[in-house]
Amino acid sequence: MPDDKPDDKKVAVLGAGMHEWGKWGRPFVEYGLAAARDALADAGLGWRDMQFVSGADTIRNGYPGFVSGATFAQALGWTGARVSSVYAACASGAVAIANARAQILAGLCDVALVVGADTTPKGFFAPVGGDRKDDPDWLRFHLMGATNPTYFALYARRRMDRFGATEEDFAQVKVKNARHGLANPYARYRKEVTVDEVLSSPMVADPLRLLEICATSDGGAALVLSSMEFARRHAGGAAPLVTIDAVSTVTPTFPNTVIEMPNFSTDSAASTGGPEAGTAAGFRPSIATAAYAEAGIGPEDVSLAEVYDLSSALELDWYEDIGLCGEGEAEKLLRDGVTSLGGRVPVNPSGGLSCFGEAIPAQAIAQVCECVWQLRGAATGHQVEGATVAVTANQGLFGHGSSVLLSR
Amino acid sequence: MAPTRVPAVEGWFTTGNDGAAPALLGSRCEGCGTFAFPAEASYCRNPDCTSTSFETVELSRRGRIWSYTDARYQPPPPYRAADPYVPFCLVAVELAAEKLVVMGQVVAGVTVDELTVGDEVELVVDTLYTEDGCDYLVWKWRPLGATAPGQEA
Repeated sequence: MPDDKPDDKKVAVLGAGMHEWGKWGRPFVEYGLAAARDALADAGLGWRDMQFVSGADTIRNGYPGFVSGATFAQALGWTGARVSSVYAACASGAVAIANARAQILAGLCDVALVVGADTTPKGFFAPVGGDRKDDPDWLRFHLMGATNPTYFALYARRRMDRFGATEEDFAQVKVKNARHGLANPYARYRKEVTVDEVLSSPMVADPLRLLEICATSDGGAALVLSSMEFARRHAGGAAPLVTIDAVSTVTPTFPNTVIEMPNFSTDSAASTGGPEAGTAAGFRPSIATAAYAEAGIGPEDVSLAEVYDLSSALELDWYEDIGLCGEGEAEKLLRDGVTSLGGRVPVNPSGGLSCFGEAIPAQAIAQVCECVWQLRGAATGHQVEGATVAVTANQGLFGHGSSVLLSR
Repeated sequence: MAPTRVPAVEGWFTTGNDGAAPALLGSRCEGCGTFAFPAEASYCRNPDCTSTSFETVELSRRGRIWSYTDARYQPPPPYRAADPYVPFCLVAVELAAEKLVVMGQVVAGVTVDELTVGDEVELVVDTLYTEDGCDYLVWKWRPLGATAPGQEA
């Protein structure tokens, strides 16, 4: 069980903070700063107590976004704290957490601040500007018009063909998450929707409709992490101490035979004698598996999960990828209410990307914030009763896995 | 005068201008036989292979649909959409010999209702966009049984 895990692999989460998700177009630093101040207040610590600041970068906000750790440190006021700035696409937040955790576990610092924030443009994510004929992310738009939703749609259609998933199943994921997010003060969309409303929203990339594809959002999230020893010394407050027990930042294993955004093709399995193209498990299932192995627990121990529902259908893929059920069984889990609040393993009790939209560098940190509040029993209006273990899962472009395991 | 036909990207496919059937140009590692598309010139993706020799090869011209979708909304630049915008289908196609899946647009006039996972498709070269009297070409996939572009009745 989680409690048996030796302290030398755990870090404590002393504080969690978020800025509400939305679309305001203000500087991303504002959102990150608000989240950081909330996380510090939640931890009962001051900015001057932070020995390390770990920023998750944004690539759509100019140079300050590329050096986010220093940008946030400057906004909070220079203190000489050590710094890291890291970009790993949607996994940026998890890598920022991993960096802070490694500093703490190595004994190089006792307490660290992790921050990610973004300001996003309207509409489809387009590649960064300029004529860049050597960048697959630029070329996939130029040569194929392949937006992010078209990749999500390929996976969705696959589920329909292989497992008999229906458009109504996908719509039910949206209905569930919309309900989950109703009482979440940080969610951008807080409105119930019906299956009919989902199914009558415009088709974007068949079989996925507008209400099933995550929006792009502004937002910010932050965490204060510390060594277990520091946490014990500092110990205050009535809330149970939540710990991060594992962080998975795995890359894929060759041959990765599932088509991944933004690529034109998969790896070739011709030389390995490995699995036939297109039938291998692929990258996603390896992500949480590595986190479970590191923490010495399994999916059966999990009370709740926050997964990256870039589309409604993708959430179903994650059920299988994080081990909540076998391949092809996700629709049954959903239909049986297992993943709804009140069910055995609620998935995306926060409302997920469905209610938030994606603020790329903040999102993986926000997933962890939600888990922290759930494990403290502080997720008012969307609490998973008796939650003891939580897992997050997410995947960054070009092969960045991201999964964080937390317990109390 | 007929418009000049130019590949929208250099070295990714043959255009069939010489009368031969068009094909995607990939690489085959001379060390381990791993294929790649687009072609790799400097490293092999196989972690157990350190070869730096690659031959350019034409990939299989036929494959089977791994999955498919369409683009109902106009993609943002650098996609150059026709005005008015016409939605198109996209497919991921399994190539049996190379044991890889490769994406591409489906030829104009095909809707998702006409596609099924497992269907056989064939590679063609077609116009991606026209600019300054030039047709910029790209590879597309044509369901076998569908009409070839430019050959509508």
